[in-house]
Amino acid sequence: MRKGFDVRRQPGFTAIAMGCFILLYLPIILLVAYSFNAGESIAIWEGFSWRWYASAWENEQVKDATIRSLILAASSSAVATTAAVLAALATTRSKPWRGQTVVFAMVNQPLMVPEIVTAVSLLIVFAVVKSFTGYTGLGYLILAHSAFCIPFAYMPVRARLQGMDLSLEQAGSDLYGTPLQVFRHITLPQLWPGILAGAMLAFVISLDDVVITEFVKSAGQDTLPTYMLGQLRRVVTPEINAISTALLAISVIMVTAFFFINKTRK
Amino acid sequence: MIEIEGLTKTFGEGPTAFTALDDVSVTIQSNEFFTLLGPSGCGKTTLLRTIAGFLDPTRGKLTLDGEDLLSKPPHHRPVNTVFQSYALFPHMTVSENIAFGLQMLKRPKAEISATVSEMLELVQMTAMADRKTAQISGGQQQRVALARALAPRPKVLLLDEPLSALDFKLRKEMQLELKRLQHETGITFVFVTHDQEEALTMSDRIAVMNAGTIRQIGGPRDIYDHPAERFVADFIGDTNFLKAQMLSTEGAGSKVRLSSGAEIMAKPAQGEPPATNGASVTLAVRPEHADLCDPNGALLAGSLKNVVYFGTDTHYHVGLESGEMFILRRQNQPGHTQNWATGDRVGLDFAPGTAQILKD
Repeated sequence: MRKGFDVRRQPGFTAIAMGCFILLYLPIILLVAYSFNAGESIAIWEGFSWRWYASAWENEQVKDATIRSLILAASSSAVATTAAVLAALATTRSKPWRGQTVVFAMVNQPLMVPEIVTAVSLLIVFAVVKSFTGYTGLGYLILAHSAFCIPFAYMPVRARLQGMDLSLEQAGSDLYGTPLQVFRHITLPQLWPGILAGAMLAFVISLDDVVITEFVKSAGQDTLPTYMLGQLRRVVTPEINAISTALLAISVIMVTAFFFINKTRK
Repeated sequence: MIEIEGLTKTFGEGPTAFTALDDVSVTIQSNEFFTLLGPSGCGKTTLLRTIAGFLDPTRGKLTLDGEDLLSKPPHHRPVNTVFQSYALFPHMTVSENIAFGLQMLKRPKAEISATVSEMLELVQMTAMADRKTAQISGGQQQRVALARALAPRPKVLLLDEPLSALDFKLRKEMQLELKRLQHETGITFVFVTHDQEEALTMSDRIAVMNAGTIRQIGGPRDIYDHPAERFVADFIGDTNFLKAQMLSTEGAGSKVRLSSGAEIMAKPAQGEPPATNGASVTLAVRPEHADLCDPNGALLAGSLKNVVYFGTDTHYHVGLESGEMFILRRQNQPGHTQNWATGDRVGLDFAPGTAQILKD
């Protein structure tokens, strides 16, 4: 029996697919492997050891950067998610209004504008603000991260809202719930998985950012990624691999959790 | 008492505009089981959603016991809805669902728990009180939706095809149940359905709707026995349509001449002055009101095209000499032997006064 077109039976398919997978994952596998290297090189294997993890753990600069990264990711994902929920409500739960598409595009703008452009423009704006106010705290980074995390938090929340049975909210208002009560007692409990997923995505995106952070940060405000970038300019030891592997583990755990939350609680 | 006057709802603008409700006026009495019946897209659900407050009409008036409803949002209307999809809150238990309306109304705790157990008992769901709504069957969800809507004691209960998702047997059961609940609670029920049998068995009055307008309002018997126009006659039950000629009006009846030349007495059209003598009219004859007989001297004659056995009764398809097709239904009685076979020339007879003249 003849079957329809199947891309898997085309010549070279397997080779190309394998090539893609190798390109995607071989570097990561090597990076993880060499984080356990007993020697000082990131290219010559000298046996298994935890020494670089121990060394990273004891490194005050790493500790400092890690804490800053976590504070930054937590606060900007909180801000971004709150803004994203409001934006998602406005774009799914209101009568169609003029300029809705424009707003939708603007919410997702950080996905489309080259990151370096955002970084440079933020640098200029914040430089002016800094010279006027004298404030040099973490606020700039939180603001900047919140801004580019919004679309990532917005997407799952919006998807969840669109997938929700509208008659539930109608039933809520039919049963004498004011709009605020309906949101609190009906919409919000249904929305939690979307909010959680959005917050986690935003967290991972913020944790990972280099370009915007590098441009916006004030002196002594290294996050883990910018610290690592700084280290690469000097001597490269497998300590960098160890930190990368730890970051990778956090990201993988959070993204996996994101998929499970989205899948099981639908 | 719900008073609806000149209610119009238009969706969209310009050439793509769609009129879902076209100048609808109707009065629904208190404590009435009132049914909106019609095919999908006839505007019955739009009317129901307008009463609930989910839709704003383009024009018209809507009052409940003299009080304007249109200026109030849904949560200020003493009206509750049983949704077609039930719309039970999935994150709450059965009793939390039922309590929701009372909680929103800020009733005292003791009263809420008393009403909830009363409602659970009313719909026979006491044993399921602590289940999540996903853990109960469709029929049980239907009962919970009903209990939830009844718990705040609304003045009006709106039901949007609540039985359409149930299987045949359960549907029959729930029809009786709904009728009982309406009787016990004394709440006005406005029921939407496209199922004519459901409408006939449950309603005090029925409004038959088509294309955004109400075509006829009346009791089930009224609507079935005296359909006003072709659409109503065709939508409610099965009907045969016959061309005839108006001869004269005699008292409460009209004398008409059938295509065969035979003259019979028919019921005049509803709510219209009788047609002028000599005018051509359409007659509606129910399949169970006619019978087969000897073609000689019969009202109409033709040949038997098809005999379909239905268990309780048998349908005979007769091709009339005028070219029209007539379907008649005979109940299968014990000892009833079938005297006619496909291809036979047969006569048709129906009692005087069973044929209904329709509005053009």
